[in-house]
Amino acid sequence: MRLSDLVAEMIEAAANNEPLRIRAGGSKDFYGGMLAGKLLDVSAHRGIVAYEPTELYVTARCGTPLVEIEAALAECGQMLAFEPPHFGRATLGGCVAAGLAGPRRQQAGGVRDFVLGVKLVDGRGLVHDFGGQVMKNVAGYDVSRLLAGSLGTLGVLAEVTLKVLPRPRAEQTLRFDLDEGAALALLNEWGGQPLPVSASFWSAGQLWLRLSGAQAAVASAVVRLADQFGGQTVDGEKHWISVREQTHPAFAGTSLWRLALPTTTPALGLDGLGAIEWGGGLRWYAGDSVPAALMRERAQQAGGHAVLYRAPESLRCLEGAFAPLAPPLLALHRRLKKSFDPQGILNPGRLYAEF
Amino acid sequence: METAENTFQTDRKALAERLKAILPAHCLLVDDEDLRPYECDGLTAYRELPLAVCLPESEAQVVDILWTCHQLGVPVVARGAGTGLSGGAMPHAQGVVLSMARFNRILRVDRLARLAVVQPGVRNLAVSEAAAPYGLYYAPDPSSQIACTLGGNVAENSGGVHCLKYGLTVHNILRIRVVSIEGEVFEIGSEAPDAPGYDLLALLIGSEGMLGVVTEVTVKLVPKPALAQVVMASFDQVGKAGEAVAAIIAAGIIPAGLEMMDKPATAAVEPYVKAGYDLAAAAILLCESDGTPEEVAEEISRVTAVLTAAGARDIRVSQSEAERLRFWAGRKAAFPAVGRITPDYYCMDGTIPRKRLAEMLAAIAAMEKKYNLRCANVFHAGDGNLHPLIMYDAAKPGEWTRAEAFGAEILELSVRLGGSITGEHGVGIEKINQMCVQYKTRELEVFHRIKAAFDERGLLNPGKAVPSLHRCAEYGQMHVHHGELKFPELERF
Repeated sequence: MRLSDLVAEMIEAAANNEPLRIRAGGSKDFYGGMLAGKLLDVSAHRGIVAYEPTELYVTARCGTPLVEIEAALAECGQMLAFEPPHFGRATLGGCVAAGLAGPRRQQAGGVRDFVLGVKLVDGRGLVHDFGGQVMKNVAGYDVSRLLAGSLGTLGVLAEVTLKVLPRPRAEQTLRFDLDEGAALALLNEWGGQPLPVSASFWSAGQLWLRLSGAQAAVASAVVRLADQFGGQTVDGEKHWISVREQTHPAFAGTSLWRLALPTTTPALGLDGLGAIEWGGGLRWYAGDSVPAALMRERAQQAGGHAVLYRAPESLRCLEGAFAPLAPPLLALHRRLKKSFDPQGILNPGRLYAEF
Repeated sequence: METAENTFQTDRKALAERLKAILPAHCLLVDDEDLRPYECDGLTAYRELPLAVCLPESEAQVVDILWTCHQLGVPVVARGAGTGLSGGAMPHAQGVVLSMARFNRILRVDRLARLAVVQPGVRNLAVSEAAAPYGLYYAPDPSSQIACTLGGNVAENSGGVHCLKYGLTVHNILRIRVVSIEGEVFEIGSEAPDAPGYDLLALLIGSEGMLGVVTEVTVKLVPKPALAQVVMASFDQVGKAGEAVAAIIAAGIIPAGLEMMDKPATAAVEPYVKAGYDLAAAAILLCESDGTPEEVAEEISRVTAVLTAAGARDIRVSQSEAERLRFWAGRKAAFPAVGRITPDYYCMDGTIPRKRLAEMLAAIAAMEKKYNLRCANVFHAGDGNLHPLIMYDAAKPGEWTRAEAFGAEILELSVRLGGSITGEHGVGIEKINQMCVQYKTRELEVFHRIKAAFDERGLLNPGKAVPSLHRCAEYGQMHVHHGELKFPELERF
C-alpha cells in the first residue's frame, strides 16, 4: 500500500462524508470509545523507511509491526525506550496513536517523549510533514507530539520518526515482600535518589523492581537494596514481558480501570486493586466491584484521572473510556479536531463521544 | 504586503485608561522613557516600542488585561526575562507588553513527589537552588539560566547542554496553568502521567506566546547525580571530531553533555577564561559523564577508549570538580568571549544530523569568505544543535545586512541537510522567513488553524513564529531555488 493509495481512500471518504475507522494490527480495538465507521486498513502501508543508529532515530510506516522495528533496533543494541506493549500484533501507527507506554516509562518517558516527526494524512486527504529526524527542533508548533495519544482522531500517522536509545548494558530484577503502603513509600523515596530504577510493579504483597544501566551502577544498587530492604535477586525477564503485555494475572477481569495518579497518592482503599506501576503513578483496578463514578471521583480528588481501560464496549460507550474534560479544554479539543478533520470523519467517538 | 502584523490600530489613550482601571500605578508603564528598556529582547538587532507595559502581580490582573485587550483588539506580547535570542518578546508597535517578571514565587517544592510548582517569572537556576537541599534539581539548563525564567523556557521549549540525556523543557514539565486571550483560565497536564485528551502540553510548550499566557508551572525534579566528570579531547580535523561524536553514540553511550568548539571559538575563549584548551587543535570535544561514582568510572573509561580510537590528539579527564568547571567555563563563556573580540555577534541555532557536521562547517568557512565576516562555532554536538557566532560591527554600513544574509544561508542549509532552522532559540521574528523554507504551505496552514483554535483574532504575539502565506510568497520570490517557486499557488504582490 503506497501513501498515494491511503490519500486516495481518505479523499474518497471525505467526498462521501463517510466516517472511517483507522486500523492496522487491531491489537488495541479494546481501547478507547466506540469503534465506528468504515474500516480503513493501513496494515499494508508498512516497512522501515530509515534507521540510523548513530543519529538515534528510526522512521517507519504506520503498518510496520513493532516486532519488526524492535528486531532491527536490537541488532544495533538499541531499543524503543518507552517499552510499548505489543498485544500480539501492535504496529507503529497504533502504538503512537494510542500513546501507551510500558514499564520503562517511569525512567525513560512516555511515547510522546520519543516522537520526533510525523507524516500525517489529515481528514481532507492532505499530507503534512511535522517535526523531523533531529533531536531538537522548535520551529513551528510541536504537532508531532500532539498526535501521540490522539487515537487517530486527527489523521493517519502514515510515517513516524522515533528517537531510539541504546539498550542498558546491565539489567537485574529484585523482589521484595511489602504491603501496598510500604511499597508506595519506598518507591517514592527511591525515586528521589540516584538509583537506576527502570521499572516497578507491585501486586499482591510483592514488589518487583528492575534496575538498568551501567554494570557497576546496577551491581552496587542491587547490593544496597538487597542489604537494606531484603530484596531477592530474581530472573525478571519473563515477568516484565507479562507486565508489559498485561498477561500477568493482576490484569485479569471483565473490567479493568487504569488510574493515573501522582506517585505520592496514598493507598486509595478501593476494592479490586490489581497492580501498581511506574513508581506509584499507575494503579490498576480489576473487576466490577467499584462503580465508575467513584473511580473517576477518587482519581480526580487525588489529582489524577481514571481510564476505563478494558471493558465490554457497551460499558465503555456508557461511561466513556476517558475522564471527561473541563469545558474550556473540551472546546479547545473540538476546535483542534475541526482544524485537522473538518468533517469529523476520523475515528469519531474513539477518544470522546463529543467528537 | 498584507500580513497580520500591520493590521492593528490602537487608540493609545483609550487603552491606557482601561489598563489604569485594572492595574495600580506601579504595575503600568506608558511613557516612552519607561517603555524603552522593553523595546527588544536578547536579539537586540530588532527593536520596537510598545504602547504600554503591564507588570501584573496576580492572575486576576492577567485575566483582566487579556480580556480587555481582546475586547479592544490590542496585540499582547508576553515577556519573561527578555533573554530570548530570536526576538520572540519584541514588542508590537500597536500593542501591550505583558511582563510576567513579578510572578517570581516558588510556590511549592515537594521532595517526595519530586516536583516544584513555580510562577512563570521564577528564574531557571532558582528552581534548582530551591531543590538542592533535597538532592534534586531541574534538568534543562539553558546557558542564560541565571537570568531566564520558567515562563520563557516554556514559551521557547528551551534546551541546554544536557538535553541529550535529560531532554528539553517539554520533557520536564508536568503541568501548566494558562490564561487564554479571552481571559479564560485552564490547566493542562497534571502531576499524574498521561493527562486525558490531546497532548496540549506538547502543543503549548514552545508555542512562543502565540496560544496563551502561562501563570503557573509544575516542573519535574530529578535526583542530582552523585558525581560528574568531563573528558576533554582535541582533534586536528573537524571531521574527525564529528566522527568521534558518532562513535560515542554507536558505542551505546548517552553522555550527560557532548559539546564541540572549533578553533576560532577556543581562540576567543582561552585568553578570557584560561580553561586550558588545546589552541592548536581544529576542534575540541567536551564529553560529560554523570551518575554514581562506579557508573562514571565505567563510562569515562569507555569514552576515553572510543575517543582514542577516533584519533584524538590529546585527551584529558577532569580530576576534580574545580577542573571540571574550568573545562566547562570556556564553553559556557563562549558567547561573551566572542563578544570581547568583536563589536557585535549574531548567534544562529540550526540543528543538523550529526553526520553532516563536517559538511556544514566547511560550508560555513566558505560563507565567511563570501560575506567577508568571521564566524566561531560552538555546537551541542550530542543533539546536532549548532550555534555559529557571526561576528560583525553594527556601526559599519552593510555589515549587519551581510551578517543577516550569512545567518539565513546557514539556516537554509540546515534544512537542506535534513535539520531544522531552530533547535532551542525559537523562530520569533528572526527566523520568520526561514519558516517558509522549512515548511510547505499546507503545514503553515495547519499552524494558522491551530493558532486560530486558541486565538481567533490573532492578538497574541502577532507576526512571530509562524509566517503569513503572503510573507512566504514574497520571500519565495526573492529566493527561488532551482527555478522552482515554493508557493506557486499564491497570488504575488
